[in-house]
Amino acid sequence: MSDKRKELIVSAISNGTVIDHIPTDRVFQVIKILGLDQLSNPLYFGVNLESKKFGSKGIIKVSNKFFEHEEINKIALVAPSATLIEIRDYEVVDKRDVTIPETVDKIVKCVNPNCITNKEEVTTHFNVIYDENNVMKLSCRYCEKNTSKENIFFI
Amino acid sequence: MKNKSLVSINDYTKDEIIRILDLAESFERQPRQDILKDKVIASLFFEPSTRTRLSFESAAQQLGASVIGFSSAATSSVQKGETLKDTILTVSNYSDLIVMRHSVDGSARWASEVSPVPIINAGDGANQHPTQCLLDLYSIRKTQGTLDNLDIMFVGDLKYGRTVHSLTMALCHFNTRFHLVSPVELKLPSAVKQHIKSAKLQYEQYTELSEVIPKADILYMTRIQRERFPDPIEYEKVKNSYNLTLSMLENARPNLKVLHPLPRVNEINTDVDSSPMAYYFQQAQNGVYVRQALMAAILGRV
Repeated sequence: MSDKRKELIVSAISNGTVIDHIPTDRVFQVIKILGLDQLSNPLYFGVNLESKKFGSKGIIKVSNKFFEHEEINKIALVAPSATLIEIRDYEVVDKRDVTIPETVDKIVKCVNPNCITNKEEVTTHFNVIYDENNVMKLSCRYCEKNTSKENIFFI
Repeated sequence: MKNKSLVSINDYTKDEIIRILDLAESFERQPRQDILKDKVIASLFFEPSTRTRLSFESAAQQLGASVIGFSSAATSSVQKGETLKDTILTVSNYSDLIVMRHSVDGSARWASEVSPVPIINAGDGANQHPTQCLLDLYSIRKTQGTLDNLDIMFVGDLKYGRTVHSLTMALCHFNTRFHLVSPVELKLPSAVKQHIKSAKLQYEQYTELSEVIPKADILYMTRIQRERFPDPIEYEKVKNSYNLTLSMLENARPNLKVLHPLPRVNEINTDVDSSPMAYYFQQAQNGVYVRQALMAAILGRV
């Protein structure tokens, strides 16, 4: 199967953003984090697609929608391998990787049930930290507990 | 540190910690001064804690401040469903400084963000208790003459004990050698050990208490806290792990002091109380001077 043919499994878009190399089980999470399910723009996605790099992958294409760096970096927590491709008039005009931000605000719930952010109306704030094995964790500004990757729950 | 809240011991630099300890020394020499005569201090104990509350209130009153507040959520507007933010905003209209204790983790940081007056955290759930940490540092320095290069031994619940976590973090400024004695289930969390390692300091872990005593300058005992255990069976397994008795101190260094944040249950036998090495009751007394130093510094009167 040619590269061109493979791309077309999920429709090509004339203008918009392609998010490629998403871990296949994270596609729905990415859609939710970016609020794509709330948009009226045409949206295509695929899961369990063949990938040379990862074995299998997911992909999302959204028409007429472009993202700010800060906005797209939210998905780095669940899909650090994702690539962002901006399409204008069928041409790739920009291609970049997502980067894990230094802080994560508002979007993630603190894992600690006794944290003030889970008791009263308080916006969550986390610093992104790495433990001795270089595993990423979110450190809550309020209760100072760490939320590990598998416990990340998006608000 | 004027007008700055103290929520976590990590909010203070090494120099700021030392400044508070130096000030506390001057208050120990002269605890009754009128320097806060025109100040109102609010003491908001959403969760009861007799020892900490009385220590703060005594410290404030000895400096001439007026104290307002409540000693449990039951006698406050929390009962009517008021949010913490609203309580803090209201009380800040009536006071120059708020001392608060609350059962929810992170409540003090949140309060410090919404409050126009500084906050001193007197304990937020299982998270931080920085004034306990400062009084522990003060007690160590007073009994050893220095904070530098000491062998400090922590015994008991090193997993859930917030006192141990904050004190360990603070001691990382002072080239401490850590000796950590706990049941396997209650070892110091890896995040705190990581902090020791990043400060390029040494720690050793043990499960037996007596063999470690001769290596220590400070023996810091902690209670195994029933309320922190998610599973009561786990608590039953470890609750009687350690019991320090007078005879165990025979081979201790002569400068050894036994500290404990109190209340104790059975981890220190009462026969230790009469030993010159027992320091836990004086330790509690030091809390007053440290809290005087903090309040005076934050209110800009020293």
